[in-house]
Parts: sequence; C-alpha cells; structure tokens
Amino acid sequence: MDLAYTEEEQDFRARLREWLLKALPELPARPSPDDWPGRRAYDLGWQRRLYEAGYAGLHWPVDAGGRGATPTQHLIFLEETERAGAPYVGANFVGLLHAGPTIAAEGTAGQRARWLPPVLRGDEVWCQGFSEPDAGSDLASLRTRAVRDGDDYVITGSKIWTSHAEVADWCELLVRTDPEAPKHRGISWLAMAMDAPGVTVRPLRTLAGSTEFAEVFLDEVRVPVGNRVGAENDGWRVTMVTLSFERGTAFVGEVVACRRTLGELARTARANGRWDDPALRRRLGRLYGEFGALWRLTQWNVSESERSGGVPGIGGSVFKLAYSHARQELYDVAAEVLGASSLSLDEEWVQSRLSSLSYTIAAGTSQIQRNIVAERILGLPKGR
Amino acid sequence: MDFQPTEDQRDLRAGVRGLLEGRYGREALRSAVDAAVDAGTAVDRGLWRELGGAGFFALRLPESEGGVGLGLPEAVIVFEEAGRALVPGPLVATHLAAGVVPGAAAGTAVVTAFDLAGDLVAYLGEADAVLGAAVLPVGEQVRAADPLTPLHRVARPGGADACACVSAYVSEGALLTAALQVGSALRTVELAVRYAGEREQFGQPIGAFQAVKHLCAQMLVRAEVARTAVYAAAVTGDPGEAAGAKLLADEAAVRNARDCLQVHGGMGFTWEADVHLHLKRAWVRAEQWRTAAEAEELLAAELLHSAG
Ligand SMILES: Cc1cc2nc3c(=O)[nH]c(=O)nc-3n(C[C@H](O)[C@H](O)[C@H](O)COP(=O)(O)OP(=O)(O)OC[C@H]3O[C@@H](n4cnc5c(N)ncnc54)[C@H](O)[C@@H]3O)c2cc1C
Repeated sequence: MDLAYTEEEQDFRARLREWLLKALPELPARPSPDDWPGRRAYDLGWQRRLYEAGYAGLHWPVDAGGRGATPTQHLIFLEETERAGAPYVGANFVGLLHAGPTIAAEGTAGQRARWLPPVLRGDEVWCQGFSEPDAGSDLASLRTRAVRDGDDYVITGSKIWTSHAEVADWCELLVRTDPEAPKHRGISWLAMAMDAPGVTVRPLRTLAGSTEFAEVFLDEVRVPVGNRVGAENDGWRVTMVTLSFERGTAFVGEVVACRRTLGELARTARANGRWDDPALRRRLGRLYGEFGALWRLTQWNVSESERSGGVPGIGGSVFKLAYSHARQELYDVAAEVLGASSLSLDEEWVQSRLSSLSYTIAAGTSQIQRNIVAERILGLPKGR
Repeated sequence: MDFQPTEDQRDLRAGVRGLLEGRYGREALRSAVDAAVDAGTAVDRGLWRELGGAGFFALRLPESEGGVGLGLPEAVIVFEEAGRALVPGPLVATHLAAGVVPGAAAGTAVVTAFDLAGDLVAYLGEADAVLGAAVLPVGEQVRAADPLTPLHRVARPGGADACACVSAYVSEGALLTAALQVGSALRTVELAVRYAGEREQFGQPIGAFQAVKHLCAQMLVRAEVARTAVYAAAVTGDPGEAAGAKLLADEAAVRNARDCLQVHGGMGFTWEADVHLHLKRAWVRAEQWRTAAEAEELLAAELLHSAG
C-alpha cells in the first residue's frame, strides 16, 4: 500500500500544473448556463486547448488516438485540473467518458478513425440516448425500434433525459433490433447523427430552471448499418461496457471540488458566526472526514483498475453510492451555514445544491446501485 | 502510486487469518464468552503468548530490539483480522506498550490503558500494567455490557492524569482500534449475507428481497469506505486521517452490527448468535481512544485550517 507518486508521476503533475497556469488565464469568460451555443463553444474550445497540449484522451489507448497514460496519470490530471479551477468536461462528457471509450473498446478500425479524433480535438459533441419514457431503471425494456431497410436502420421511438441533446452532433443510441428476442438480447448500439431527418429535440426544464436535458423524438430516422458498434442484438453487452466507464471515472474531479467547497463553507461559517454552533461544526468535521475517505477510495479504485488492466470494476457502484449521498449532505449543511440566503438563486452554490439532487438518480439510481452491489459483489440471489 | 496491498501484506493477512481461525474459531469464541460470564475474565493468556510469538505485539518494533520491523500498514491489516475474529483483550494497548513495558512485545504481559473517557478501565483485573501509568490502580468490577470486555471502576481514574498517560498514543491507538472496527464491520457483512442466502421466508431466501439486499449493500459501502480510510491513515500516519478513519470505522462497525442483527430477525436477538458480541464490542471501541465528538472537532479544526 503506497500513496506516494512515482518520479514520473510527479513530473507529469509538475508539467501539467505549469501548463494550466499559462492556459487558464487565456480562457474566455464562462457563458451563462442557458447560453447553449456559448457553452458548447466554451467547452469545445477548452477541449481543443487540451488536445493541442497533448492532454486529450489521456487515458485512452494509443491506437484510439489517446496518450495511453496510466489510470494514475489520469487521476492526477483530473485532480490538478479541478484544483486549478479549469473547466469541467461539460458538453464533452458523453463523448469523452462513455461513447468514446466504448467505441475505442468495441468499434472497428474505421469507426474509431471516424468518431474518436473529433471527440479528442473538440470538434464534435455526443449525447447519450439510452433512457426512454417507459424504460429508465429497467433500461433493457426499451422500445425504440430499428428496422433494417437495405443498408440502413429505420428508427422510430423516443428518448428522454438526454443531457446536452440540444448541442450534440452524435447520439449513442440504444435501439431494439429484435422485438422477438428476450429483452436483453434484442438491443443494438448505434451512432446516430443528431441532424438526421426525423430527429426532433424538445428541451426539458430541470428543477434548477435550466435546460440540461431534453426529450428526443425519432420519426423514421435513417441510420447506416455501418454505424452499429458491436454485433447486431449485442448492444446490451456493449452498453455494460459504457456504464462501467460512466460509473468508474465520472466523479473523480468532483471529490476534489467538494473538498474545496467544504473549506469555503467552513470559512463562511466562521465569518458569519455559525461556526460557534458545535453541532454544525461537528457535521462539517464529519463531512471533511468523509470526503477525505472518498478521495482515498478513488485512489484505491484507480490503483485497483491499474492492476487489472484499466477497465473500471463494479467497485464504482460502491463509490457512487457513498459519494452521491455525501454530496447532497454537503449542500444541506451549506444551507444551514448560509441560513436564509440559501433561498436565493443568485448564490452559485444554491445551483449546485439543486443539481446535487440528480446524483442519486442519474447513471443508475441508488436503489439500482444497491441491487448491483448486493447481487454482483455480495452474491445475493436475484429477486423475482 | 499503488495503493493496493503488496504480496507480503497479503501473505501477512492470510497468515494471521489462518492462525486465528485455527486458534480462535467460533467454538473458542463461544467458550471464552461462557468463561467470561462465569469468571469475569476474558484474556486467554495462552493465546496472548501465541499472538506475541507470532509478532502481533512486536510487529512495529525494530528488529534490533527483537521486533518484526514492520509499519502501521501491516499493523492495521493484522488488527483488522483480530477484529474479524473478535479476539478479546487490550490488544491495542499491549501493542503500543511493546518495547516500553517488559513482556508486552512477547505477549507475556497484558497491558491495558486509560483509553476510555471517565472512570472505567477495561481488563484491569487481568492486566499486569497500565500503559503510561506508574502503578496499577485499584478498581471495583462493574457489570460490563460486552461479556468479553470486563470493566473496572477506578478511584482516581480518568481526568487529567489519564489524559497525560494516553495522549502520546491517542492517534495510533485510535487508528488501530479503527482497524479492529473495520474487521468487525466486514465480518458482520459476511454474517448477514450468509444468513440472507440461507434463511427462507415466503418460499425464497430472504436475500432475494430487496429490503434485505439493500441493508446488506449499505453495510458493504460503509465497511469499504471505512477500510480505505484506515489503510490510507496507516500509510500517511496523519493524525487527522486517523481521526477520520476512527469516526468512519466506529460508525461502520456499530451500524453494520445493528443491520446484521436486523437481517437475522429473532435469531439476531438471541445470545446464541454472534451478532450481539460484535455490536457490544463495537460500542466499547467507539468509546476508546477517540470518540466521535472528539474526532469531529479535530477534523473541523483541520478543515478550517485547510481553508486558510
Ligand atoms: C440530470 C440527469 C441527467 C440524465 N442524463 C441522461 C442521459 O444523458 N441519457 C440517458 O439515457 N439518461 C439520462 N438520465 C436518465 C437516468 O439514467 C434515469 O433517470 C435513471 O436511470 C432512472 O430512471 P427513471 O428516471 O426512469 O426512474 P424510474 O426507473 O422510473 O425510477 C423511479 C424510482 O423507482 C425506483 N426503482 C425503479 N426500479 C427499481 C427497482 N428494480 N428496485 C428498486 N427501486 C426501483 C428508482 O430507484 C426511483 O427511485 C439522466 C437523469 C438525470 C436526473
């Protein structure tokens, strides 16, 4: 058990820090949350900077256009960029964290060459069309149909909660290609162009008031068969690859951010006198301990995946469960520190409080994660 | 960075687990409980010497002083195993006394400590020494909630004196105690999962019911988070991390034991099931070295400092 970073890792960190010091002041002003074209441009601009500096796709395999860095280097990258206050992946989330890694792992050479470089260069944005109005937790019951017609699939159905759909170029789309097969077996994974005829995006307003996600309606949309990643009807297995990436690495930078937020809260509490309340002080102290442990759990998971060859394990579910609840507790304590001003949307952290409510739902609810932990880690029997 | 246990550390764990399974398995545990209830004593001197012989207490003493020359990470691995097996006795105090109190390193002496706030001391009746104290105080035995942790009330106990005796050892004492708690927390997950897979109601194993499944899953989450915190604190040796580890490990051990009891239903409420032994020991340890309130205050102070 060794938490010390190797010389090579320390060098990597130092070079990255130096680069961030130079790159961040050159960034344009952050656009407002509802300025979607502005946000897209901002996120892609940052991605391009990363690409030019050699930090894009850091942990992707070299033959997928990545840098082949170790999981530990990726961890350092996420830690340092967060610490420096660099932009978050934002609109590039799906492309970099799920669709990209999935294509890298499961796509043909041609598919990799077509889709991966634009993700890394910051030219194209992806979204994730998995959930449907009647298929959320029970994802495999999805009904959006794809019927083969010559060299195309003709797709009809609808998707929901599709993050960043408004500004996406591509969608990783799950469709039913065999309605007769058992529900997990008749699904395929397709890359769909968002500007294809028949695609309609209708933004949904979130509880925070923004349009973070959307409904996507698909009316006889034609997608070339060549856009299918993996075999026909093998999409569920491909999807499991995607989800392990989603849960495995998605929250690393945020733990660092939460620890910083907690420090700011303590300072605020001292300034406004709330620090003198021992119950509140103790809650903050406890959370500090918890986020410290979550950071260590991150390092644990990363070094475990490093030993097992890079694919994140289902330990990600353990982390997601603990983290999503701790994050919500953090903002509840924040509300206690700030008192009535926690009712104002002008406070930036109030927005964060609202968005923290999604963490126990998105990417698989806490209930579903507990099922996964109980059945796949603990080996308890499947329910009927 | 490679946070995973080394080959040697894995071997050490396997060795200690094997030793304890052979020497202090379930039957030994239950007869120790019976003996403790009858006689009010809990330390098995023979086992104590065997643990000493295996290097349990001298683990961190330099080889030049007859020790094993290992570090805190190895110590927490070994203590985790002792926690799993519910080995009774002042394991932490005797370990800390190795090299200080004669006989502690070899396990020929039993050393306790004023590690509980207030006027209670554990294992006083069987102890040869109290860590950091010149003499063994006189005490009157009280009825202890945990049958395997006999307690004495001492006349001039806690207070400033006791604090002075243990203050130098608090951080390591808390961390090693946290490791015992983690072992217990992981063990109660196993007990709950095993029972949930065997016990049938409504025509299927109760573990197929989601309400039971989710209890078990949360138990694992608590134990895993605490375990990582304990390992990290052992690697860094940082007092703040040790306090955080103690906080999380106390909670994991206590709450896991309660959830394990719930999963066992009526069986869990019996003397026969081991669950109550884990719960009661977890309660004792939560009061030792560093309580939740103390750990939280320490962490709060560090947090403020971290904010600059
Ligand atoms: C901010 C945000 C962004 C999202 N982005 C995307 C995206 O980009 N692409 C995408 O495809 N999806 C996205 N999602 C959808 C997300 O994956 C689903 O919301 C989630 O999987 C839950 O599905 P659901 O909303 O249909 O809830 P439901 O499945 O209807 O669940 C409702 C409640 O029932 C519980 N429940 C359901 N089944 C079980 C069960 N078997 N056992 C116990 N309890 C159960 C759930 O835990 C929950 O509490 C996003 C969601 C959010 C909140």
